[in-house]
Amino acid sequence: MTRALKYLALLGYVAFLSFPLLWLLSTALKTPQEMAALDPTWIPRRPTLANFADAFAEQDLVGAGLRSLVVAVATALITVALALPAAYALARFRGVAGKIAIGWVLVSQVFPVVLIIIPLFMVLRRLELVNTLAGLTVVHVTFVMPFALWMLRGYVRAVPRELEEAASVDGAGRLRALAAVVAPLLAPGVVATLLFSFISSWNEFMFALVILKDPEVETLPLTLVRFVGPEGVARLGPLAAASLLATVPSLVFFAIIQRRLRSGLMAGAVKG
Amino acid sequence: MKRLGAALAVAAVALAAAACGSGGDGGDGGGAASGEPVKLRFLSLAWQKESIEANKEIVADWNKANPNIQVEYVQGSWDNVNDQLVTSFEAGDPPDVIHDDSPALSSFASRGFLLDLTGKIPAELQSDIPQAAWDTVTFSDGKSGQGVYGVPFLQESQVLIANKKLLDDAGVRIPTPDSPWTWDEFADVSKKLTKKGTYGVAWPMKSPVNKVLNLALNFGGTFFDTQDGKTTVKVGPQEREVLQRIHDQLYTDKSADPSALGMGTADPLPGFFAGKYAIVPAGVYLRQQVAEQAPDGFQWVTLPPLKGQTSQQGAVSQTLSVAADSKHPDEAVKFIAYFLNGPNQAKLAKGDWLLPTSTSAAKISALTTEENGWDVATASAKDLVVAPFLKVNGFDEWKSKVATPAMQEYFADKISLDELAKRLVEEGNKVLERYSR
Repeated sequence: MTRALKYLALLGYVAFLSFPLLWLLSTALKTPQEMAALDPTWIPRRPTLANFADAFAEQDLVGAGLRSLVVAVATALITVALALPAAYALARFRGVAGKIAIGWVLVSQVFPVVLIIIPLFMVLRRLELVNTLAGLTVVHVTFVMPFALWMLRGYVRAVPRELEEAASVDGAGRLRALAAVVAPLLAPGVVATLLFSFISSWNEFMFALVILKDPEVETLPLTLVRFVGPEGVARLGPLAAASLLATVPSLVFFAIIQRRLRSGLMAGAVKG
Repeated sequence: MKRLGAALAVAAVALAAAACGSGGDGGDGGGAASGEPVKLRFLSLAWQKESIEANKEIVADWNKANPNIQVEYVQGSWDNVNDQLVTSFEAGDPPDVIHDDSPALSSFASRGFLLDLTGKIPAELQSDIPQAAWDTVTFSDGKSGQGVYGVPFLQESQVLIANKKLLDDAGVRIPTPDSPWTWDEFADVSKKLTKKGTYGVAWPMKSPVNKVLNLALNFGGTFFDTQDGKTTVKVGPQEREVLQRIHDQLYTDKSADPSALGMGTADPLPGFFAGKYAIVPAGVYLRQQVAEQAPDGFQWVTLPPLKGQTSQQGAVSQTLSVAADSKHPDEAVKFIAYFLNGPNQAKLAKGDWLLPTSTSAAKISALTTEENGWDVATASAKDLVVAPFLKVNGFDEWKSKVATPAMQEYFADKISLDELAKRLVEEGNKVLERYSR
């Protein structure tokens, strides 16, 4: 009975979480008439792919999606590559400089985007990175880095220092101890940070709006907003279809990386 | 550790120094080398399918005919265009040709971001657009003069979209542009149309301010009074008429559905199609949504704007402007003149379901056909005059901080008309005073 209740609760939770996605799917398959019906229907009466056709015909969804993917993957990888050693240093070597650095990381989260966007634009312009995916990636890495650093620092601190000491007693050098003992235990944290960085970059709109000026370089969030008109009036069908497609790469990325998250956890358990 | 601290300090100083730089050059450059075509960036806010197609088609035609002036079509969105423009103006890298609406131009003009087009617009285009429309883009230059900061090309009027069957069943007179309903007649008709399960009218008042201020001109209500360069808010008998009449429909006649008050412009449509509302007052562009979403066999009709003392309505317009920082202002003006010629304006108006400012475009048969109420919509353009709030410095803040919440409370029957008037004036004047210093 207890088990059944648990499954029931889990089912309810899954239904709650998947509601927006299912509603998006339902909307994307409806005709304009059905969308405007007073009594909403879950299952479209006359399912149509016209919204998908319109979305593809009007906007370069594939190109924008690929560009978003490039920026988001690059942001995730670069962020973790830069943040991991820094997080390790901040977690293990505690001193005045470390405290200042952590304070600086926290302070950097205080500034609203709108305050820094113009100076940032000018810096990028001097570096000739405006209107480039490289420029956007640099900004996303900068934007995501503080929180990623904070996350990873927490994961590093959770790995007992004694494990490294035990490895060194067994004859392993610092690098060997890091690679063989600490890295597997950190894997879940690294994967979680990758996910966080990827999603932050994938969804980011404001920086992309300001930095990317030509249609040839624009990312998916910029493309999606094209279906919204003045006074909040939107072309719901194509917007739902395009938004649904925009979630697919995220879901795939999650599906792939989630397996790593699980194996990382197990690897950590064995080593521990 | 000391090294780490020093490195962080150096990095912070370097970032600050770079950030504080003037920007100067380093952009994508505007001055095309000799022999290379001039490149213009055109930020368009078209969003309806037909409108995007029309925009792209006109740009393609221009590019084909003008190999030396190539225009790149860049699609923006209404939702965030002002954020996008402010950052690009401040950073000195705006699009050359900018699509926006006239209320947004005032502050950009006074801050020197837009080119004054006075004397630069070809005579043919100048004379094709009536002075009332030019008035919507004439603003202070931020010093002592005035200038024209955009070419107005699309306008919106408030019409009534009605369920034809319900009107016929109730046996009410169908108004025409020559003989529109008065507000009194509208109130009577709304009462007649109100039956069990059906309200005569739905007033979507999620954003009530522009709607009320535009309609208030029916009774000469302007809401603002400017004397000796100082603007104050006024809510006298003329300004109270429309407010009172809508309120009466909601709570005295009970011919308007109070549950529609929190809705945005398009939100009442499902109820309208289901026969819950007989009439929806709306901008002319909403006809597109009705035409697209109406169930098979649903009969609807566009009715002309209401008449008070006059049928006048406040108008704002969609505009094309040239950035003051554009490297090619003359070419940009040439492109605008082509983009907004009569036939092209007709295409754009048809695509966006709005009214062209061009008098020659308004005569084109596609915009005078009875189909989808184009004849009624186009005829309503004659009563559009410049919205008085358009010239008011601080209007946006007055609208968002004072007028919107106060009007929402009034329409929700939480405060009286006297209390509303008091708040609009007293709190409003405090806001406007800051802008007149």
